Amino acid sequence: MSATLPPVSPAPERRDSPSVPPASPPPSAGSARADAVGGVRRRPSPFIVAVAFTVSLLGLLPLGYVIVTGILTGWTELSALVFRPRVGELLANTVGLVVVTVPLCAAIGVGAAWLVGRTRLPGAPVFAVLLAAPLAVPAFVNSYGWVSAIPSLNGLWSGVLIATLSYFPLVYLPCAAALRRLDPTVEEAAGSLGSGAWGVFFRVILPQLRLPILGGSLLVGLHLLSEYGAFAMVRFDTFTTAIVEQYRSTFNGPAANALAGVLVLLCLFLLVGESGARGRSRYARIGSGVARTPTRRSLGRLLPLGYLFLGGLFVLSIGVPFTSVVRWLVQGGASVWADGVVGEAFLQTVGYGLIGAVVTCLLAFPIAFLAVRYPSRLARGLESVNYLTSSLPGIVTALALVTVSIRFVQPLYQTMVLVIATYVLMFLPRALVNLRAGLAQVPVGLEEAARSLGRHPLGAFLGVTARFFAPSALAAGALVFLGIVTELTATLLLAPSGTRTLAIQFWSKVNEINYVGAAPYALLMIVLSLPVTYLLFARSRLTSVS
Amino acid sequence: MNLTRKWAMIVGIAGVTLLGATACSANGATSGSTAPSDGSPSGSITVYNAQHEELTQAWADEFTKETGVEVTLRNGEDPELGNQLVQEGTASKADVFLTENSPAMSLVDNAGLFAPVDKATLAQVPDRFQPSSGNWTGIAARSTVFAYNPALLSEDQLPSSLLDLADPSWKGRWAASPSGADFQAIVSAMLELKGESATTAWLKAMKTNTVAYKGNSTVMKAINAGEIPGGVIYHYYWYADQAGTGENSANTRMHYFKNQDPGAFLSLSGGGVLASSPNPVAAQAFLAFITGKAGQTILQTGTSFEYPIVDGVSANPALLPLGDLDAPKIDPSQLNGTLVTDLMTQAGLL
Repeated sequence: MSATLPPVSPAPERRDSPSVPPASPPPSAGSARADAVGGVRRRPSPFIVAVAFTVSLLGLLPLGYVIVTGILTGWTELSALVFRPRVGELLANTVGLVVVTVPLCAAIGVGAAWLVGRTRLPGAPVFAVLLAAPLAVPAFVNSYGWVSAIPSLNGLWSGVLIATLSYFPLVYLPCAAALRRLDPTVEEAAGSLGSGAWGVFFRVILPQLRLPILGGSLLVGLHLLSEYGAFAMVRFDTFTTAIVEQYRSTFNGPAANALAGVLVLLCLFLLVGESGARGRSRYARIGSGVARTPTRRSLGRLLPLGYLFLGGLFVLSIGVPFTSVVRWLVQGGASVWADGVVGEAFLQTVGYGLIGAVVTCLLAFPIAFLAVRYPSRLARGLESVNYLTSSLPGIVTALALVTVSIRFVQPLYQTMVLVIATYVLMFLPRALVNLRAGLAQVPVGLEEAARSLGRHPLGAFLGVTARFFAPSALAAGALVFLGIVTELTATLLLAPSGTRTLAIQFWSKVNEINYVGAAPYALLMIVLSLPVTYLLFARSRLTSVS
Repeated sequence: MNLTRKWAMIVGIAGVTLLGATACSANGATSGSTAPSDGSPSGSITVYNAQHEELTQAWADEFTKETGVEVTLRNGEDPELGNQLVQEGTASKADVFLTENSPAMSLVDNAGLFAPVDKATLAQVPDRFQPSSGNWTGIAARSTVFAYNPALLSEDQLPSSLLDLADPSWKGRWAASPSGADFQAIVSAMLELKGESATTAWLKAMKTNTVAYKGNSTVMKAINAGEIPGGVIYHYYWYADQAGTGENSANTRMHYFKNQDPGAFLSLSGGGVLASSPNPVAAQAFLAFITGKAGQTILQTGTSFEYPIVDGVSANPALLPLGDLDAPKIDPSQLNGTLVTDLMTQAGLL
C-alpha cells in the first residue's frame, strides 16, 4: 500500500502542467533545450539508454503478470471468478468510494486553497502550512485515530470520511500553488465587466484551476484504489482489501489475480479519464512584464464561516488522529517503548527508506536525462511506462513480484534486493518528475562552456549540472523516502523473514487490537514524514516565484 | 548557499545509507546456517509462523536460551504461509512451519514437503493430536465458542448448534471473521462432519446473516460494544482479554456448544519440519521443545490461554477442562482448507 503518496504526477504529459508542486519546467523550455543539445552530442551514451530501457521493461512486469495469469487461468475460470456477486459488491463499494470522495476532496481542496490564498482571513499563512500537514499522517494511522475515537465506524461513509481527510491536501497543494500564479488582471477585467465575487470565482478562477484540480483528483483516485489499511480498519471492503484477504487465504491464487485484473482496469480507466478531461486549452500568461501579486478579498460577515471551515478541517484531519495517538501513548507509558523492537523497527525503516530513495533516484536519472536532453517519442514512451506501473496498487505489484521471483529468480526471493526493486517500481515517478524538472532548469550552455574550457564531459556534468540540480535530487529522494516509510502491503509480502518496519509492526499491533502498543509506531511514522511534508509544502511555494 | 555544504550533505546521506544497509542486512539475512553433524542443535532456523506472534516468540526465546539456536519468525496466516510453502517448494528458506489450525498443515503435507517428525517428539504427543502420516504434530489446541453480549441476548435465546445460525431469525445478529484462518478451520470441520452440500447451504445463509469483521479480537470488541449480539470465535481471545484489562470482553460471555456439535470443534494447531530445511537438527529440536514439558508449560502459564495437548501438562486453571468440551471427533489430517476457501469464495464471503 502506498499509504501517502504526495503530489506527484502519474502521467507523463503532466510535466507541462503547473499543477504539480515538485517544480515543473516551464512549457516553453522544451524545444529550446533540444536545439541547444543538438549541437553538443547527437546520441546519448549507450549505457544510459540501456539502463533506462531495462528499468522501464522491469516496470512492465506487474502489468504483464496480471495479463499473463489472466490468459493462463483461462476464460471459463476467470469469468467465474470475475462475474460473481462478491465482485459486484466490491465494484459498487470501490466505485462509490471514488465517486463520493474525489469530488469532496476537490471541493475541499479548492475551497481551502482559495481561503488561504485569496482572502484577507487573519492567520491565512498559518493555515496554509497546517492544511498540508495531513500528508504526514499516513491514511492507516488516520484511520486508527478515528477508530480509537469512534470505535463503531464502519462502511462506505467511514471510508469516505477518513479518505477525504487524508487525501484532500493532494488537491489543496497544487491548487494553492496555481492560485498564486494566476494573473489578477483577468479577474479584474471580469469584475469590470460586471461579474460579482462569485461570478469571478466560478467563471474565471475555477476554469484556470482545471489542471491542478484534475491532477490532484487523479492522485486521490489512485490512492483510493490502492489503500488497504485505512479501509480494513473500518470494515469497508474494496478491491484492494479483498485481494489482501484472498492473499491471506490462498497466497496468490487465481481469485486474487482475477480481482487484481479488475482493479488494474479501474486504474487505467482513471488514468485515461483524467487525460481526456484535461482538454487542450492552456492558461498561460503571454503579456510582457511580471504579473502582479493577486489581490485578496475581505470575507466580511462570512469570516466566522471561513474560520469554521479551516479550523474544522484541521481538527478533523490532524487533531483527531494526533489526540488518539497521544492518548494511547500516555496510557502505554514508558513500557511500550522498552521492548527494543521500536528502535529496531525505526532503524530498519530508515535504512530501507534511504537505500530505496538513493537507488530509485539513481535508476530514474537515465530516464529523466533522456527525456530532457534527448526528447523523442521513445524517451516519452519510457517515461509513461513507469508512470503506469506506479499507479497500480502496491498489492498488485507485490503479488506479481512474489510469484515471478519464486518461479524464476529464486536467489532474489525474500531478499532486500527484491524489496528495493519493488520500491523502485512503485515510487520511481516521484523521483522522475523532480529529477526531470531539476535537469530542465540547468542551462546546458554552462556545461558546454566547462567542456570548451577543457573539462572532461563527465567532469563538466558533475562540476556544473549536478551542482545545480542537487536540490531537485534531494526532493526526489525525500518523496521516495516518504512513500517507503509508510508502505505496508508490498513490504509484508516481499521482505526477508524477520523484517520489522514501523508499518509492519504498527499493523501487527492494530490487528490484535493492541492500540496502546501500536502508538509508538504511529508516532514515529508521523515524525519521519513531517520534514518531507514540509519540504513538499515549501517547494509548492517556490513555483509561484517563477 | 555554498556548494561545499551541499556536497557535505550528500556525502552524509550516503554515509547514513551505508549504515542503514548494514543494519538491515544484519537483521534481515539470518537464514538457516547448517548444523554440525554431531547431532546437537546449533546455528539458526527460520520459522514460518502462523501462530500468535507473542506465543511463538515466547517459545523461541526460551528455546534460544536453552540451545543457543537463533530463531527468526516470518509471520502470516495459516493458508497464506501454507500456500507460500507449496509455491516455494524445495527452495523454501523455511525450517519449521507452525500453524493455528490443522488444514494448512495438511496442505503442506499433501504436497510432500514435510520431513517425518522425530519419533521421540511424536511419542510426547497423544495419538489423537497427531496425523496418521507422522509428518507433523499437534502443538496446542483451541475451542470454538459463541461469544455474546448478555444485554442483547438472553441465555434462552442462545443457539444450541452452530447450524442454527443459518436461520433467518439470526439475520444481522451474529459476527465472524470469515477471512481469518480460524473461522475457515471451523468451516472445514463442518465440511468434514456435515458434507459439502450442507456446508455450502450454511455458508450461503451465513453470507446473508453475518456481519463480517477482520479478526477474532475485532469480533469480540464489537460484541462487547453492543454493535452486534454475538459471534463465533475461539475461546482464548476472551480469556486473554479478561486476564488483561478486560476492556474488550467485560460485557461479553461465552457459550460452549458441546454435544459434539460442529460449533464445539476443537482445532489443533500444528508444527512440522520442512524436508528442505537447511538446518534439520535444530528444526527437529525446536519442535521437540514446543511439544515437550517446557514448551507446553508456556501454554499453561503464559498469556496465550491456548490448550496444552500433552499428558502431564494441564490447561490453565481458568479454562474449561479439555475433557468437558465434548468436541466432535475429527481426524485433523482430513480437514480440507482449499475446498473451504473455494466454497467461501463461491458464497461471496471472500
